[in-house]
Amino acid sequence: MSTTEEPSLYAAREPIFPRRVKGKFRTLKWWLMAVMLGIYYLTPLIRWDRGPQMPDQAVLLDISSRRFFFFMIEIWPHEFYFVAGLLIMAGLGLFLFTSAAGRVWCGYACPQTVWTDLYILVERWIEGDRNARIRLHRQPWNWEKLIKNGIKWSIWLLIGLATGGAWVFYFTDAPTLFWNLIHGTAHPAAYITMAILTFTTFFFGGFAREQICIYACPWPRIQAAMMDEDTITIGYRDWRGEPRGKQSVAGNGDCIDCMACVNVCPMGIDIRNGQQLACITCGLCIDACDDIMDKIGKPRGLIGYLALTDEPLERAGKADLSIWRHILRPRTILYTVMWAGIGIGLIVALFLRANLDVSISPVRNPPFVVLSDGSIRNAFDMRLRNKHGEDRWFTFSATSGGDVTLALEGTEELRVLVKANETREQKLFVTAKAGTVAASAHHLPLRLWISDAEGTESSKAERVYKDTVFNGKDD
Amino acid sequence: MAKPIKEDPKDKVGTTGHSWDGIEELNNPLPRWWVWVFYLCILYALGYAIAYPAWPLIHGATPGLLHASTRLDVEKDIKAFDEMNAPIKAKLVAADLTAIEGDASLKAYALDAGKSIFATNCAPCHGAGAAGVQGKGYPNLLDNDWLYGGAIDAIHTTVTHGVRNTVDPEARNVGIYMPAWSDKATGALADVATAKLTDEQVGQAVNYVLKISGQTADEAKATAGTQIFTDNCAACHNPDGKGNRDMGSPNLTDAIWLYGGDEATLTQTIKFGRGGVMPSWGYAPEGSKPRLTEDEIRAVAVYVHSLGGGE
Repeated sequence: MSTTEEPSLYAAREPIFPRRVKGKFRTLKWWLMAVMLGIYYLTPLIRWDRGPQMPDQAVLLDISSRRFFFFMIEIWPHEFYFVAGLLIMAGLGLFLFTSAAGRVWCGYACPQTVWTDLYILVERWIEGDRNARIRLHRQPWNWEKLIKNGIKWSIWLLIGLATGGAWVFYFTDAPTLFWNLIHGTAHPAAYITMAILTFTTFFFGGFAREQICIYACPWPRIQAAMMDEDTITIGYRDWRGEPRGKQSVAGNGDCIDCMACVNVCPMGIDIRNGQQLACITCGLCIDACDDIMDKIGKPRGLIGYLALTDEPLERAGKADLSIWRHILRPRTILYTVMWAGIGIGLIVALFLRANLDVSISPVRNPPFVVLSDGSIRNAFDMRLRNKHGEDRWFTFSATSGGDVTLALEGTEELRVLVKANETREQKLFVTAKAGTVAASAHHLPLRLWISDAEGTESSKAERVYKDTVFNGKDD
Repeated sequence: MAKPIKEDPKDKVGTTGHSWDGIEELNNPLPRWWVWVFYLCILYALGYAIAYPAWPLIHGATPGLLHASTRLDVEKDIKAFDEMNAPIKAKLVAADLTAIEGDASLKAYALDAGKSIFATNCAPCHGAGAAGVQGKGYPNLLDNDWLYGGAIDAIHTTVTHGVRNTVDPEARNVGIYMPAWSDKATGALADVATAKLTDEQVGQAVNYVLKISGQTADEAKATAGTQIFTDNCAACHNPDGKGNRDMGSPNLTDAIWLYGGDEATLTQTIKFGRGGVMPSWGYAPEGSKPRLTEDEIRAVAVYVHSLGGGE
């Protein structure tokens, strides 16, 4: 198209038919794909014994009971900061990897990449490699094309169904849900979620593919800000390769313009054009080019991982900086420190959690009540959480600068039963006799102790306190 | 970097002509599927406008083919909710009043329901925290002093029939007031008084009450007030001043006051009388509905009983 001609405002998608490639990055990607798909599909099936009243699924996001289970860890709603912390760590981790090694997430771990890879594997298995697929694509619709596409789409749909199916298993007991799904008795939300995920997997992995990365995903834009000249990324050594052309012509570079790097690219780009938004750094062009270099007897690495600062060195005939010289720089160290700091904080918080947990909110409407004998009473709304796997009795005491007596609403005793793995709301009354320090002070610090009234020896000593304030009649 | 690039995209698609600090914008074509998504959105909007209420008319809007209405949805939800609660409401009404708090599920329901019923119906006078309003004589429901009793059935009766209202024949204390004792007072409350007191006599009575409630009092006036109290007040407030729940007459010896226990407020109370009114929540005149149904009254009674003063 020349510039004089009015260009079209719209462009159709150019179908991409990535050729099969062998090499170390392809092998690495097969392993990563197997591991990641394995984790995704199999995790909900892992069982974990937590006692008789508890779910035995190792990883369970039990939204209806408001509990997250992750092996030995159990997250209650008030501990959602663990989830927030993990998300922040995931974000910082992404920053770290991007600033150190470019779009490794996109190229190796992103579900869009992994599932598209899987879909292309199926496509290649049924329709053949690049040239066969191009031929099939160009030929008019006939039985061969219909049958091959039919089989391909069916397998894609099955993979999509398994993807949606595995997803819902994370939210409720997987074996139970499996039989419910088979018998048609599962909750509609499960079927709807599965249907949506089946469709999106089928469409994103089968048809949209690189369009998602280029047009729908915000990450390529954000990544530009994360990368700098020390970031390791995939590049074409044009100073070695150019001018490209026939080996037999004197003065030509190492690039023989065989298009192997373009043909294997799942994004349909030419890496020789330099760094570009559409490149997900999957490494397949490196494998393809290395293979060609081996065949024509040239050294590998015409396309390879390098940092922009390596270019002037290589042009001057010097050796690259070592990978660690590139990676270890203030920016990546800062990301690592932040990432590790949050991680250590979360782990410490995890081990400091008590099995007995309470939150206390003082009733402040009214701040105090005068009783008929003139004594002053404060009320406190307590929320007691028993994270043991068994029922527990809790008892209460107070320490303060003045004498106070405690009483519970609805019971004569000073102890309450909280069922296993449940939360109980309980009102606590704290009373100070007329004329005492507490009754006449404007307010007095009050420490409320909540302890396990009985139970196993090990937990007998278990008690927690909450600091609050006792309001007296200030006159 | 040398120019390894065979095709400069600038030659291929040109630029939009925008240039800032030498940075130009390529005039890349839009993916065609974006345009299709755009058309699909328009189609969706058209379909939505036909299926759902969309076009404003002078009164209301076009109803849409599906006749969707969030208002009807809410009505449906409320109906479903009421149906879901019907069994436990029936159980609450059938239960013995004193047994409700022993039944964990009934109590939990009653507390939740009672809390919201209280907030809607009772809080305007008794306050959101149920602490009442002293200056206005709206009782504090958190303390352990009750004019008519703080047991669950006493609270239930008070809520059901109210106090001194003119509609419910079973209302508490109809015709029973704290009279206006001052010889200068006029009106209905003055007519109830069996005797008229001078300002000096009122002052003496006030000091007597201050004394028996443990506050600082003028000893001479208080002694003079003893006889006045015996003659005029003891009939309702009892000779010891501890009140009488049958008549809703308050205990004058404790630390809790409905209108206030200071000298000025006591003087005002004795001179011009008191007679607070509480509406009847359970009484329904012929052909009308009570303000609260029996299950609601029971729920709110359980809630009030749980606030800290329950007997």
